[in-house]
This record gives sequence, structure tokens and C-alpha cells, in this order.
Amino acid sequence: MAKFNLNINGKQREIDVDATTPILWVLRDHIKLVGTKYGCGIAQCGACTIHLEGNAVRSCQLPVSSVGDKKITTIEGLSEKGDHPVQQAWLEIDVPQCGYCQAGQIMTASALLEKNPNPSDEEIETAMNGNICRCGTYTRIKKAVKIAANSINA
Amino acid sequence: MTLIKTKIGRRSFIRTSTLASGGLVLGFNWLASCKNKTEEEILAMPKEWFEMNSYLKIGDNGVVTITTPNPEFGQNIRTSMPMIVAEELGVDWKNVIVEQAPYHAEKYGMQFTGGSRGIMTRWEPLRMAGASARHILIAAAAQAWQVPATEITTEDGILYHKATEKSAGYGEMASAAAKITVPEDITLKEVKDFKIIGTSKKNVDAKSIITGEPMFGMDYQKEGMLIAMIVHPPAFGMTLKSMDAETAKTMSGIKDVVAIKSFKDDYEKGGFDVNAFPEIVAVVGNSTWEVLQAKKKLKVEWQPFAAYSETIKGFRGKQTKNVPAGLESSTSHESQMEEMASKPGKIVREDGNPKVAFKNAAKIIERTYSAPFLAHNCMEPLNAFAHVEGDRAQIAAPIQIPSLIIPTIASSLGIPAENIAMEMPRMGGGFGRKAYAHYVVEAALISQKVNAPVKLVYTREDDMTNGIYRPTYQATYRAALDENNNLTALHVKAGGIPESPLFAHRFPAGALDNYMAEEWSIDSNITIGAFRAPRSNFMAGAEQSFLDELAEATGKDPIQFRLDLLKRAKENPVGERNDYDAERYAGVLELLREKSNWNQTPANVHRGVSAYFCHNSYAAHVLNIRMEEDKPVVEKVVCAIDCGIVVNPDAATNMAEGAITDGIGNAFFGELTFKDGMPQKRNFNDYAMIRMADAPEEIDVHFVKNEIAPTGMGEPPFPPIFGAVANALYKATGQRQYRQPFVTEKQVVG
Repeated sequence: MAKFNLNINGKQREIDVDATTPILWVLRDHIKLVGTKYGCGIAQCGACTIHLEGNAVRSCQLPVSSVGDKKITTIEGLSEKGDHPVQQAWLEIDVPQCGYCQAGQIMTASALLEKNPNPSDEEIETAMNGNICRCGTYTRIKKAVKIAANSINA
Repeated sequence: MTLIKTKIGRRSFIRTSTLASGGLVLGFNWLASCKNKTEEEILAMPKEWFEMNSYLKIGDNGVVTITTPNPEFGQNIRTSMPMIVAEELGVDWKNVIVEQAPYHAEKYGMQFTGGSRGIMTRWEPLRMAGASARHILIAAAAQAWQVPATEITTEDGILYHKATEKSAGYGEMASAAAKITVPEDITLKEVKDFKIIGTSKKNVDAKSIITGEPMFGMDYQKEGMLIAMIVHPPAFGMTLKSMDAETAKTMSGIKDVVAIKSFKDDYEKGGFDVNAFPEIVAVVGNSTWEVLQAKKKLKVEWQPFAAYSETIKGFRGKQTKNVPAGLESSTSHESQMEEMASKPGKIVREDGNPKVAFKNAAKIIERTYSAPFLAHNCMEPLNAFAHVEGDRAQIAAPIQIPSLIIPTIASSLGIPAENIAMEMPRMGGGFGRKAYAHYVVEAALISQKVNAPVKLVYTREDDMTNGIYRPTYQATYRAALDENNNLTALHVKAGGIPESPLFAHRFPAGALDNYMAEEWSIDSNITIGAFRAPRSNFMAGAEQSFLDELAEATGKDPIQFRLDLLKRAKENPVGERNDYDAERYAGVLELLREKSNWNQTPANVHRGVSAYFCHNSYAAHVLNIRMEEDKPVVEKVVCAIDCGIVVNPDAATNMAEGAITDGIGNAFFGELTFKDGMPQKRNFNDYAMIRMADAPEEIDVHFVKNEIAPTGMGEPPFPPIFGAVANALYKATGQRQYRQPFVTEKQVVG
């Protein structure tokens, strides 16, 4: 066990865990932030996507010891009132079905738009292709990313 | 005017104090602790609630809580079921709060999420819940105002008596109404007067989903809760021999390692007690990561089991199931299926004289279709929370049919069934998999053994390799044509491992003078179960591909070919057991032809059409493909559905879009094979799932407008998409598709 001081959603959190523990389980089991989801554990489904210094990363493959003082943002911290343009777009066209993958989808989409506020269809597909939605809401997800892009650029 | 008896499900209308006060209900209190309510939200909450019936209570300020009975797995019934209650109650949708019912058979009957039965079976009881509450509110106002009840009208939660210019909110009359007895008969609204049903309402859970609030079974937490994970045999056909947990037990954070047995020896299993690995090992510890590490260090020996037979008490009575010994492989499955297909099967239906018709045929077309096992792969892996204390158990689990696992839990724990309280958090997908709740029994047994609250979590690998899979199927279709290319007979022979997919009485049965349906099956120890539109999800693709080929052989347009058969089935049906309505079936095809501009195929686009009836509804698709560097790209799918009245159109559209995308994914890539009993795919690095780049660029969903009480919606649009994919691929490549999956490394399209 080792002590780590993490910056999560703008707050300092001290935890005492095994150094190999992935951030996914630090968030879910220790910090009790369960919006970040476990889907595959091998960075293939994107359900566990968070932002590390603004970049979309798979938290299931991110050992706590590798984070240092880099800023972690989870779905719970993406916006104070759940009104990030991507979240608003998701609400506007009611994207979710079961909803389990959607936090990961939103974190990937918001990181994409931060870097590329006006992505082409192909760029959206490339960025989002690591996120599986078993319910098959892709057509709505893509539309919502475009709505969010328009609102950011407006 | 629709008058219905409140006797049906009358128990739901008996007011009890348990719901309001908690009783056995655990309450998702841990949810509230997560995010503080805004001041606005707190002020809007009533000071006192009055229970109208099991489904609804009204606050003194007019806010209404509607309890939604069935578990939610993404079909959005947590919005559409309360909409039905709110419609008949006559309230403003803005003032409705939705609560999830716990398992409670007496109040809510069968809380069954599956078989596209939710809205269909709840349609009347939910309307009755709203209408009867409205009735007693009117009665209360009539008493208070000393006016005849018939003169009182309601609108958006307000009662009016026009002559005396009196009015009152529901909240003001709720206390008095709660004391009034519900009458024997209740009048329901006319469909034309609906204000909420048929209008699109937003998903009541969308905000929680997009902000990451705890809501799924996987998110469940309780003070002192331990994490458990299982180790199960690596292959079907094997069971536990022995274990050495010495090293694992000494590892950091590990509390215990226990072997569990899911069934008591003499337990008579029900149809949903499917479980390939009833004897497994569980590792229990403080955190998921620690348990995962210990799981790797566990030394477990497995051994093959001997063949056995068991009696299963299912919906259709008792049946004997034979479970063979051995480690099965897909290659031997294929040869077994070939052998069975070449022998006579069990004839399930025979109309006219198909043998003579085939003998006299000018031309016979015979085609064989097959599909592999499929894993459900819900995004939320299986999990369950259980806390067993003495002879009581508290459960919270993502589960499709709670009532069917309660007897098993009670038997396995050795406690009375009535001492089990169960909450049903949102499921991160179900697709049939979470109808088989062995994981809940496992969680309960582990909690009992370690004497602590426990959350059992399956890894993705556990979930994929401990499956209750969609079976592998094969179907051979034969058609007899006369010298003028008229279809004179059809013969279908279908089978699978371990069940037959055949529906002998479905279209085109009933449209043909000479028809024969045969089936066969092969026993297996690989566990199978419901997977979105069971059996239909294979038969639709096979049948609709074959009809497409027949249309071509007879020189007819594929939609017109189907419509001609349906005309015959409607005007002069053959046989009396046909399970579809030919007119509704033709209706979706006609709507589809119009909406897809079928007669005008755009340049460089290849189109396939397909239609199917299942789960009491009708769905048809036209799928447009364009080829890019020999790869099929699905440009657009146009879909027509007849599922009766559509409660929440945008939510139903979303579900149809999902069914279409899910179907394209499984048609293109879906496949699970076995070698020596071992599933050959364990995680998403080797199990190909549809991703955004392969999803349709556009989906256009249309509903047939009618006033028929709602029928199934979650499953019907799924099966026919397989045929639409196959038929469009044929147009694009010139090759017919007979074996799923259609797009693999081995089988390059083009």
C-alpha cells in the first residue's frame, strides 16, 4: 500500500492503495465516484474514459502511481450543473438507452471537441470508435457530437 | 367508452402502509446522498403524501409520484409506463416524479422485463391505476362541494365544477380521496383524447445518466460492503474438483475464499434457473483490484462431469433436459448439424401435399442458412449485491425477472421466500441475459458464507465465458416452382444446438397450399437462453433471404412478392393456426415501400428489404449499402413498424434505431465459437462488436398509426434487419449470404 495525493475534479484526494491499482478502481471503490464505468478492463470499450490533463484516457489501464499531480476529470466533474455543451446535446436528442456506456462516450466526445471544435464525420468516427454502445445509439451519439460542436462554435 | 373491471389486479389497489413507510423496501437512499438536491427541488417536495394505489401517491401540493413496476434495461419504460398512468390520471407531466418499484409480487404481479411484453401487459393495469385515482379524486371533490361527480371535470391535475365556479388541485383533495373505495368499474379515456400518450417525452433518467449518478447495479454501495469475484470452470462440461486458496487468502485485502453450490440437491429448477457452473469458487475482499489480484493466484482444479438428465419446471410444464458429458467444439457442432439436417426431422406442420408438389416441380430451389452462438455482452457485466443476515436477505441486482429467482434464492439460502427483499436498479443492458439470475443466487450464498454485505462483480471475461448464449442454428429452405415460375410449395427444416429455432405457423405458412415444417435439435452442455427476439433473430434472416431469392427466381419485385403472398394469406388462408395478421403484416410493407421510395434506388446504392412478425408486432426495413474499397457501408435504414399505439414515439424510435444497429453488428460480426468446451473469445479485443464507424449513417423510423392496444416493441425490429443486410449485400456483391457472420476475415465480401 502507498499514499497518493490525487487531483480529482479540482479537489485534492488522499488515498492509500496498492500502487498498481488502476484509476478506475480508485475512483469507484475508494473515492466512491461510480460514474466512470467498468466495461472490459483492457481499454477496448471506452466505458471508463476520463480526462487526464484534458486528454481522454482509459482509466482501467492507468495505474494510480503514474498520475502524479496531473488533473483528473470524471463525468461527475465535467461540469458543475451537468450543462457542458456535450451533456446538453445528449439531453436535447435523448441519446441514452441503457446508459451504461454514455459517461465514457461523453468524456471521449468532450475531449475531442476541446481539441477540435469542428470535427468532420470521419474525425468523429475515429475519435469515438473506441467506445462501444451495446444498445446501438451510435447514430444519435454522432448527431449529438455535431449539435455540441455547433453550440460551442456559436 | 372503455369500461374495465378493477378486479383485474385488484390487489394493486388495496392500500397498505408498507409502501409509504418503507417496510421491506430498502430504498435507494444511497442515491440521494450523492448529489444534494437544489433548493428549488426541496421546496417543490410535498409535506405529506397520500397513497391512491400501489402505483401512485399524490402530495398535498399536487406533485405526483408514479411507481413504475418493471425493471428498466434501456427500453425507457421508466418513462413510458408512468406516462400511461399520468394520462389517465390527467396530470401535467411536469409534476410527475418516477420511482422504481422493488420486487413485490402481490402489488405488482409479474415484474417481467423481457419478451417485449412490458407495455403490452401493463397497458390496462397502468391505465386503471391512473383512472381509478382520478375517479376517487372526483368523488372527493363531489363530496366536498356537494355537487354530482358527473359534473366535475379535470385538467392537468385540477378539478373543476363549472356551474359553481369551484376548482381545486389534486393535492387538496388527495387526503379525502385516499379514504374513498375504488369502484368495481372504471371508465378509461378514448384514444382520441390522449394528451400524453403518443407525444414524445424525454427520458426521466437522462440527466442522471449524463452526469454519472449512481444508478446501476454495478454502482451499488453499502457501508461495510465487500467485493466478491468468481472463478468458474474454463470449459463447458467441467465442474469443480478441488481448490487451494492458501496463497490467495494471505494476500492484501482478502477476507475469504469460499466454494459455493448454487442449488440444493433436490431443488426442482425452473425454466430460468439456467446455470452451466453451479459449483464455483468466490474470492472476497475489500476492493475490486485486490480481489482481482487474488483471483489470479487461486489454484483450482476442475474435472469433466458425467452426463445427466434433469426435470425443469418451465412455463409449459415439466420437461426433461438431457445434458451430455464432454468438451464440445464448434467444428464437431457443424458436422453434427449437417448430419441431423440430412435426416428426417420431426414434422410440426404439413399443409396440402408438399411431397407431390415437389415431385411435380419444374424447378426446386434449396438453400441452407446457419448462424453461430452469440454472447449477450451487456455493457454492464453481471453483478449483484446481497446482504444475508440470519433468515433475512436484502438484494439489489440488475435483473429482468425478479420473481423467478426468489424461490431459488430461498431454497439455496434455506430461508423463507418472504424474507427476501429485492431492489431492481437500472440494468446496463439485458438483452435476455439478465433473465437468468444465477449471479444473484451466487451473491446471496457468498454473503451468507462470509456473513457480510457483498457485491459480486463479474469481470468481462467471466461474463463472456459464463454465458447463457444465443444457440447456434441451421435452417434449410426448399421451394417448388412450376414451369411458369409460380411458387407451388415450401419446405422448411430447422434445428439447432440445443434447440430448434422453428416457428411452424409463421408467414409464409398460411399463404401456400403446400407447406411443410420440420425440426430437430442436438443436446449440448453449453448453456443457452433468450437473446433479443429468441429464435426469430435467426429465422427472420434465413426466411427473408430465401424469400428474396424466390422473388428474384419468380421475376417479381421483392416487396410485391411478399404482398402477393400476404394477400393470399388474408383472403384465403391455409390452415387455422397461423400466428400473424396478414393485413397488419402487409401494412408495414406498404408503409415501408412508400417511405423508402422503394421504386427509386439512388445511384451507387444497393438495397435490401426484409420484414418479420414477432412478439405480436410487425417490422420491416429497407437497408441501403454502398461499397467503399470492397467494404460495405450502411448509408441508411428505413424502418416501418406496427406495434399498435406508440406510447412515447421518440423513445420507441430510439429503440428501433438500436435494434437495427445491434442487428447489423451481429449480422456482420457476431460470433462465438468453442474449442474443447472453451469459448474462443473472452473480451472485446477478440469479440467484434459494432462500433460507430459501422453503424448506419441515417435511420428513418415510421410507425403505422392505429388504435390497437400496444404490442411488442423492443424485439420486433431486430430479427428482420438480418435479412435486410443479407439482401442488400447480395445486391452490392452478387453473392448471397448463407452463413453468419457475413463480414469476417475469412469471408471477405465482394
